[in-house]
Amino acid sequence: MPLLDVHELTTHFHTREGVVRAVNGVSFRVEPGETIGIVGESGSGKTVASLSLLGLIPAPPGRIENGTALFDGVDLLACGPKTLRSIRGRAISMIFQDPMTALNPFMRVGDQLMEPLQVHRGLSRREARTRAEEMLRLVGIQDGARNLSAWPHEFSGGMRQRVMIAMALITRPHLLIADEPTTALDVTIQAQILELLARLQRELGMAVILITHDLGVVARVCRRIYVMYAGQVMESAATEALFAQPRHPYTEALLQSLPSTHVKGEPLHTIPGLPPDLIAPIAGCPFAPRCASATDRCTRGAPTLRELVPGRATACFRVQDGEL
Amino acid sequence: MTRPLLELRELRVHFPVYAGLVRRRLLGTVRAVDGVSLDVAPGETVGLVGESGCGKSTLARAVVRLVPCTGGTVGFEGREISALREPAFRAIRPRLQLIFQDPYASLNPRMTVFDALAEPLRVHGLADGRDVLRRVSDLMELVGLAPRFMRKYPHEFSGGQRQRIAIARALALEPKLVIADEPVSALDVSVQAQILNLIARLREQMGLTLLFIAHDLSVVHYLSHRIAVMYLGRLVELGPAGEVFHRPRHPYTRALISAIPVPDPVREKTRQRVALHDEPASPLNPPSGCPFHPRCPWAQPRCAETVPPLESCGDGHQAACIRLDQM
Repeated sequence: MPLLDVHELTTHFHTREGVVRAVNGVSFRVEPGETIGIVGESGSGKTVASLSLLGLIPAPPGRIENGTALFDGVDLLACGPKTLRSIRGRAISMIFQDPMTALNPFMRVGDQLMEPLQVHRGLSRREARTRAEEMLRLVGIQDGARNLSAWPHEFSGGMRQRVMIAMALITRPHLLIADEPTTALDVTIQAQILELLARLQRELGMAVILITHDLGVVARVCRRIYVMYAGQVMESAATEALFAQPRHPYTEALLQSLPSTHVKGEPLHTIPGLPPDLIAPIAGCPFAPRCASATDRCTRGAPTLRELVPGRATACFRVQDGEL
Repeated sequence: MTRPLLELRELRVHFPVYAGLVRRRLLGTVRAVDGVSLDVAPGETVGLVGESGCGKSTLARAVVRLVPCTGGTVGFEGREISALREPAFRAIRPRLQLIFQDPYASLNPRMTVFDALAEPLRVHGLADGRDVLRRVSDLMELVGLAPRFMRKYPHEFSGGQRQRIAIARALALEPKLVIADEPVSALDVSVQAQILNLIARLREQMGLTLLFIAHDLSVVHYLSHRIAVMYLGRLVELGPAGEVFHRPRHPYTRALISAIPVPDPVREKTRQRVALHDEPASPLNPPSGCPFHPRCPWAQPRCAETVPPLESCGDGHQAACIRLDQM
C-alpha cells in the first residue's frame, strides 16, 4: 500500500484577474521509504501541489477544488485543520528552498529545533535539548551544545539548510517533502546536502518527495520521477527509463535543452514559445502550442495521464496511440 | 600575438569591515579579490567560475569601477584604465558593458523598453530624434523581441524576455567587451538554452569579447574558449575549456566538476565524487597558504605554509597547487 496516494489534486487561485489553474488534476503516489522526484520549470505547479497536501495554501485566494490525498488512511485534503496540524511536522515534514526565510531570525537555533518536539511529542525542555543536540550531530554539525544557542544569521547557507533538515527530521517523520532543498546552495555544498539526505533517509527509513527543476539532481537521488508542466503531470516513469527514453515530447525537449547533453559549439536545442498563461482556459494539451509533434487533435481535447506499461505513464495522445 | 583586450594584473579588491554604530572600529579586511591576473584576447570568451563568495562578481564590478580596486591594474584596449580619471574613463565605458543575473532587478520598472534602450543612446550621444526609434527597434530585433512591444514595461515580460532586454541595453553602445555576470542562472532550463543561443549568436555577429561569469560549469564549458576557476579571491586554475572541464588539475576544480549532478542516472550511480568536507573559509579570515587546503583531500602540511602561484601544466593550462606534478 502506498504511504501517500494523491488522486486528481486540483488547486486554483481565485484572483481579481481571473482563476489561476495552478494545479489541475495531479495524481501521484509515494511508497514507504522511497524517493520520488517532481520536476518542472517555474510555474508548473510543483510547489503548489505539495503545499496543498499540507494545507499551506493561502485561502483565499487559493482553493482546493478537487482530489484526495490518502496518507496512512487519512485524506489530507478533507481531514480538517486540526488533524492536519497533528500530521504536519510529525508524520510529514517539509523543507524549503531558502533556509534564510524558512528559519525564524528571532529564535535561537536550539529553540527552533526543540519546538516540534515540545509541541508534537510533549517532551520536556531538557529531553528536547538532548534530542536536538543528537539531531545536529546527525546532520553533520559538530559542537551541538554551542550551536544550539546560536542565531540563524550566524550560520552559512549550507549550515542553515542542515538546521532546516534537522528541524524537519527531529520528529522522525514517515514522509519528507523537500522543495528545492539545494537550489540556493553551491554545487559542492549541494553534493554534501544530497548525500546527507540520502543517508538520513536510509537510517530513518522515511520516504522523500523531492521537488526540483534540476534534472541532474533527480537523476542522482530519485527512484521514480513525475514531470509536471502547466499544473499537470505530463509523464511519470522510473528514473533510468525516463532519462534513457523520454516518451512525452515535453520531457524529451527539456532533456535536449540541457547544455551538458550538447556537443560544444552546436546550438542548444530550445523549446519555442513560453509556458501557457494559467489564467486563460487551456482547451487541449497545455504543451501543444510549443510541441513539434502536435496535431489538430492535441489542441482540441486534453489528454489524460495513462499508463503505457506498468510504472510508466504519459499524457500525450500521440504516444498513447503509438504514433510517437 | 595580438594584444589582449582586457588585461588584469594582480587585481585586488579589499573591503574594510567595521563594527559598532557609534564608535566604529576596523574588524578586518575582506579580501574579495586577492591578486588576480587574467588576459582576455579580442574575440575570446573566458568563463569565470567559482562558488558564491569567491569574488567573481566583485572582480567583474571592479573592472567597470562599480567597486574601487585597492591594488593592481586593469588594462583595456592596451591602456591602463584603472588609473584614468573619471571623465576619461567615462569615454571608454560604452565599450565595456555588463549584464547582470537578475533581469527583474537590473531593469528600471518605471521605464518602458523604449526608454531603457534609448537612454544609453542619448546619454552617449549616439542617436537622436527619429534615429533613436529606428535604433531601438533594430536592437529589439537583434535580441529576438518584436519591436511592437517597445512601449511595454518590464513587468509585462517573462524572465527570459527581460534578460533579452538587458542584453539589448548592454549592446546598444556596441561594446567591445561584455561582462556577463550569471546571465542565465535565474532562468528555467528551456529559457536558459534560448538565452545561451542568443549570446552565442550575438558573439559571432558582433565579434564580441566575453567574460562570462557563472557558477554552473556545464554552462560555462558550453560557451567558453577558456575557463578560469576562482576560489576565495584567487585564481586556482586557468586553461582551455575542454582541458579544464575534462582534465581538471587543481583539486578544487576536480571537486567542483565531480559535484555537478549530471542528468544521467546510469552515470550518476558509477561516478566517483571528490568529497569535500566543510565549507569555504570566510574571506575575512582566509586560511594561511593555499586558500583551499582546509577542505582539500590531498592537502599536506606544507600546503598551509605558502600560497602556491599559478604554474603551467600543459598547453596554456595553469593551476595553483604545490602538488601539481602528482595531480
